[in-house]
Amino acid sequence: MHYNKKQSLVFSKKDATLQWLGSSIGKGFLFLIASFSAVIVFLIFWFIVKDAIPFFAEKGFKEFFTGTNWYPAAEPGEFGALPIFVGTILVTLGAIIIAVPVGICAAVCLSDILPFKIRQIAKPIVEMLAAVPSVAYGFFALVIFAPFLQSLGATTGTNVLNVSIILGIMALPTIVSVAEDALQAVGKDLREGSYALGATRAETLIKVIIPAAASGITAAVVLGIMRAIGETMVVWMASGNAAQIPEPIYNVLQPVRTLTATIAGDMGEADHVIGSMRYHVLFAMAASLLAISFLCNWISEWITTRDP
Amino acid sequence: MPDTNLIIEEKDAHIKAEDFSVFYGNNEAVKKVNMRIPKGKVTAIIGPSGCGKSTYLRAINRMNDLIPICRADGAMMFDKQDIYASNIDVVSLRQRVGMVFQKPNPFPKSIFDNVAYGPRLLGIKKKAELSEIVEHSLKKSAIWDEVKDRLKENALCMSGGQQQRLCIARALAVQPEILLMDEPTSALDPKATTKIEDLIGELCGDYTIIIVTHNMQQAARVSDFTAFMYEGILIEFGITKNLFEKPREKQTEDYITGRFG
Repeated sequence: MHYNKKQSLVFSKKDATLQWLGSSIGKGFLFLIASFSAVIVFLIFWFIVKDAIPFFAEKGFKEFFTGTNWYPAAEPGEFGALPIFVGTILVTLGAIIIAVPVGICAAVCLSDILPFKIRQIAKPIVEMLAAVPSVAYGFFALVIFAPFLQSLGATTGTNVLNVSIILGIMALPTIVSVAEDALQAVGKDLREGSYALGATRAETLIKVIIPAAASGITAAVVLGIMRAIGETMVVWMASGNAAQIPEPIYNVLQPVRTLTATIAGDMGEADHVIGSMRYHVLFAMAASLLAISFLCNWISEWITTRDP
Repeated sequence: MPDTNLIIEEKDAHIKAEDFSVFYGNNEAVKKVNMRIPKGKVTAIIGPSGCGKSTYLRAINRMNDLIPICRADGAMMFDKQDIYASNIDVVSLRQRVGMVFQKPNPFPKSIFDNVAYGPRLLGIKKKAELSEIVEHSLKKSAIWDEVKDRLKENALCMSGGQQQRLCIARALAVQPEILLMDEPTSALDPKATTKIEDLIGELCGDYTIIIVTHNMQQAARVSDFTAFMYEGILIEFGITKNLFEKPREKQTEDYITGRFG
């Protein structure tokens, strides 16, 4: 076998130029692709903030964040979005209260309790929950779950409880899947180390495995929360869309309205009058939502990269 | 079949395997081993990779229970009881038979909390008592001077050799009677290895130590007795010096002279 190798070890000037050119083009191309999503995020941010500014410029921040009267279609309009922020927080909190304990327990069960063969089957099934379209969840909430709640005595079936449960179920696959990965990543070394010191399975889980997987579990929870905050279809269909703060605040059987549902619901009306305050206030809401999402993302990043 | 009875008398045996086998599914990894392991001595188990020596070691504190397809046959006697009997409390067995693993596996906690883990499981809560145990264990594992000023630091910040000595301290803190060591220096550099070997020398007498190693020099340096296993069978058991200088079996001789394995 004869190889045709170059005899000189020195790069010729032409080869060096070609090499530089090739690598520059390659690098530039890859950089463009990599920065594409960053650019998209930036553009979304820009267009939303651009249209939110006129609202804040004219109305200021006080009414929007502290006012309780939401009559955007009135003349003159009232834009007190506090009930909508409260509604968003209530359904998100409700979803967290339902999804986090259930999700973490399910993840622990999948990772450490169930036999390997059952886990192989169960995990894909849980992950399949994420593939159900949100409108299907919404339909279920509206047509089956709401009448059921009403039959138990609630004045209206579309309320905080209904949405919280459905959002909680929707956040479950994310939480279970990511948390289970985190628990598995702890590895058998630490498990064996704990068992060898005379720990039971429960002690090993509570004192070693879950703390060691804490950052991954937190990331799972934050991802789940973000899913719940950003969800639109279900809350629009099942929250009742009443821009009011429940009285008392923990009364989960009252309807509320959320940021996402307001944006989705009002945009159809408001874009007839582009440039009106009714139009710009929706962008103010979108900007607030974006800020909340960024904050969540940043917190999860901070927690996952923190020293163990 | 070697007869350990000739060397180790019944009363000196701490662990006694009787026709003991371990299966992975249908594969017999340890085959009808009869072995008496003397109390207060260091016993090394040597043999080529896959000879069943680690499996045998892990059987002594029932670590293989964690592998679903693994099962044992025959008897493993410890303290007049067959530890594979159905009424055995595995947790209390493991409190008396500690283990150090091949790869250092400190918990992602502080140095103090690593050593205090076992005692806390045993119900010791008083800070002063825990501190005393931690100090004593770290001193016994010859690492106290290196870490006494940074007990609150995360154990993962230590070097590999320090981590392994911490793992030994963690095992000692439970005050086991037997210490199983599964190739404890294979992930360490020569300097850290020397420290661990010195430590084994200091610990024997107080503890029965069983060490699996594929380093024959190590077995020769640290152990009083050596067992040679091959393909799941205990080929030869003897006083370390005798086994290395005048092995009785042909296979042992071939292995220790480097003709295979």
